[in-house]
Amino acid sequence: MSESFEPKIVAFVCTYCTYAGADLAGTSRLKYAPNVRIVRLPCTGRISPMFILKALQKGADSVLVSGCHPGDCHFAAGNYHARRRWTVFRALLAFTGIPEERIRFSWVSAAEGAKFADLINEITEDTKKLGPFTQYQELQKVIETQSSY
Amino acid sequence: MAKIGVFVCHCGENIASMVDTATLVRKISEHPGVEVCTEYKYFCSDPGQETVKRAIRENNLTGVVVAACSPRMHETTFRKACAEAGLNPYMLEMANIREHCSWVHSDKEKATEKAIEITRSLVEKVKRNNDLKPISVPVTRRALVIGGGIAGIQAALDIAGAGREVILVEREPSIGGHMSQLSETFPTLDCSQCILTPRMVEAIQHPNIKVLTYSEVESVDGYIGNFKVKIRKKARYVDINKCTGCGDCIQKCPVKKIPSEFECGLGNRTAIYTPFAQAVPNVPVIDTTRCTYFKNGKCKICQKTCQIENCIDFEMQDTFEEYEIGAIVVATGFQIQDTSLYGEYGYGKYKDVITGLSFERLASASGPTSGKILRPSDGKEPETIVFIQCAGSRDPSKGVKYCSKICCMYTAKHAMLFAHKNHHGRSQIFYMDIRAAGKGYDEFTRRAIEEDGAEYLRGRVSKLYEENGKLIVRGVDSLLGKPVEVAADMVVLATAIVPQPDAKETAKKIGIGYDEYGFYNEAHLKLRPVETATAGIYLCGACQSPKDIPDSVAQASAAAAKVIGLFSREQLEREPVVAGVNDATCAGCQGCIMACPYNAIDVRDINDRNGNLIKQVADVNPGLCQGCGTCVTFCRSNSIDLAGFTEKQIFAEVMAL
Repeated sequence: MSESFEPKIVAFVCTYCTYAGADLAGTSRLKYAPNVRIVRLPCTGRISPMFILKALQKGADSVLVSGCHPGDCHFAAGNYHARRRWTVFRALLAFTGIPEERIRFSWVSAAEGAKFADLINEITEDTKKLGPFTQYQELQKVIETQSSY
Repeated sequence: MAKIGVFVCHCGENIASMVDTATLVRKISEHPGVEVCTEYKYFCSDPGQETVKRAIRENNLTGVVVAACSPRMHETTFRKACAEAGLNPYMLEMANIREHCSWVHSDKEKATEKAIEITRSLVEKVKRNNDLKPISVPVTRRALVIGGGIAGIQAALDIAGAGREVILVEREPSIGGHMSQLSETFPTLDCSQCILTPRMVEAIQHPNIKVLTYSEVESVDGYIGNFKVKIRKKARYVDINKCTGCGDCIQKCPVKKIPSEFECGLGNRTAIYTPFAQAVPNVPVIDTTRCTYFKNGKCKICQKTCQIENCIDFEMQDTFEEYEIGAIVVATGFQIQDTSLYGEYGYGKYKDVITGLSFERLASASGPTSGKILRPSDGKEPETIVFIQCAGSRDPSKGVKYCSKICCMYTAKHAMLFAHKNHHGRSQIFYMDIRAAGKGYDEFTRRAIEEDGAEYLRGRVSKLYEENGKLIVRGVDSLLGKPVEVAADMVVLATAIVPQPDAKETAKKIGIGYDEYGFYNEAHLKLRPVETATAGIYLCGACQSPKDIPDSVAQASAAAAKVIGLFSREQLEREPVVAGVNDATCAGCQGCIMACPYNAIDVRDINDRNGNLIKQVADVNPGLCQGCGTCVTFCRSNSIDLAGFTEKQIFAEVMAL
């Protein structure tokens, strides 16, 4: 692994808590690693495991799923659905061969700008240690060559 | 064929200093489907918006991406601009390259790269956006005001004055809040009771206001214009409709030595009690934790004394009432911080170290000493009082980081009241800064110093101990650069204002946000200070941040104005971000129905022309759907999708990153 490896992290976040938390990090001018790309969704309940797989397939080295703290969901219960879905999905991950460390689940509220910044720095560091995630992407290349005819 | 317009905003220097906008524009221009891509200093300004509108018209754009600030900031602005140019407002996406990029990174090259990717992915998303139409919903023109302090009372009176119904809920036995505990109020020194009690009476007598005291909000469901609120009316054990407020039961109650919460423990109350003599409604409650009957099963003296039949009812239970509500004003107020955190000030250890609120009770004509400033320990008149400001505020290490805002003013007021009541008395005030910004405020503190002889010592107190009946206050005068020692008869702490202890639970119940302390979050600190992020819920008073009476009242009237504005309409337009079902593929498994937190999905029969059932499908009620999208992820056959965040849109967005 080269020193200059810059991971790509795709974050799926809900608009009410974590997106707002990331906005707060911005308005507070907290500096964090530029490796994250945020996809805004109404609620973590909307986040399909397929999004996560697609992100990994298209070049993400890590994926973050983050929403409101338990009990704080703007939509009452979306984050609970997300949490349960993650529990099941995690079991499936082992089966698919995707290392669990590539996917992070977190709660960041609209008031936790600093937590968001720290979280991104932490994931970036961890992903740097893990190195690029290529297995799944190579599979994608195979699919693309096959589907070309 | 998609024709996307991308507008890259510099936000003055905010974006342009960290993102190379020229490169961003060049790269995005090359992206397939991008018809125009331009940059400008401020797209949110009038000429900026005109540029967007002109570009839409001239190029027949099918979609717009504004690469600028957070959608939480200006999405509405640009949606409006799109609509004015004849483009469906939901054909717009905001690429957040300010809060999520230029403001948080320090490497220009990487920030630029990130900005390109963010913008590109939203171009891909917007290509798959659909024309959406806002959904109309009816508005219930009845407001709920939570909290019956001065803020809640003011908001209720204003809304009721506009001819709308108000339910005012207060958890204590009486409305009035903290203001009813105060003696005189700054900067005019008019008596708090004299200006508040008429308002309390006006509220309870108002034909449009229903006051529910000793009641709490149990649950809030629904959305703007259409909330369903359940209220718990706690058992008072006294029939509010029968009681005349004669007070005989209170007189006869044998349990007399309960420290009164209203008097900050400086006076006593009985087990059946009204918190204070001017309580509204003037109907007592029974404190079941102290009442002899509830503890031992014997007594009932109050019931025997009461001359009205069945007025006191020991079998009374909590009851619940449900209301349809259109808008909610949250005015739940504050508490003062527990000062025993500060061992060095000796609060709780020395009886004559009291809080500012206790001092209010001592100075109040209706208080335990009938307005005489006397020492709680021996009832003697103090000669020297030391006031310690910022006893908890502006202290990140032990107290709270923020300024409690009202303490400078009330401490000056206390010194004045003391000087007026005891002409030989000395007031010595330890302070950090005198923050007296407000109409007539600086003049007021100057008056305390110049006319009433308040002595201000700039510095902190490090230690306080008792010696020969005096409280020795040791501190530093940082203007002289010398340690000082004052022998005081009484010490008053200007304790920090903190949120209600259950503020966070309340926020969760209502569905609003709060900050790191538990103060409620406004939608925008400067531009939308009385709205919350949840449409239809408004804030006023000290539940949002520490506030004095003028500010609380002003904010209450502002919140009321918002409610009245909302109630001026019969129909509301709601975001069309709702789920929809593809009847052709829906298998009717009803998984989405289980997933929906709003019961917004039902089963619908599909019949043939002879009325025979072909199949059952899920059916979303767009009035109830809040657009969380949990059902979409649940659906096994991809038959349900969320407008604005469809599978196609999200996948396209991810693929372009």
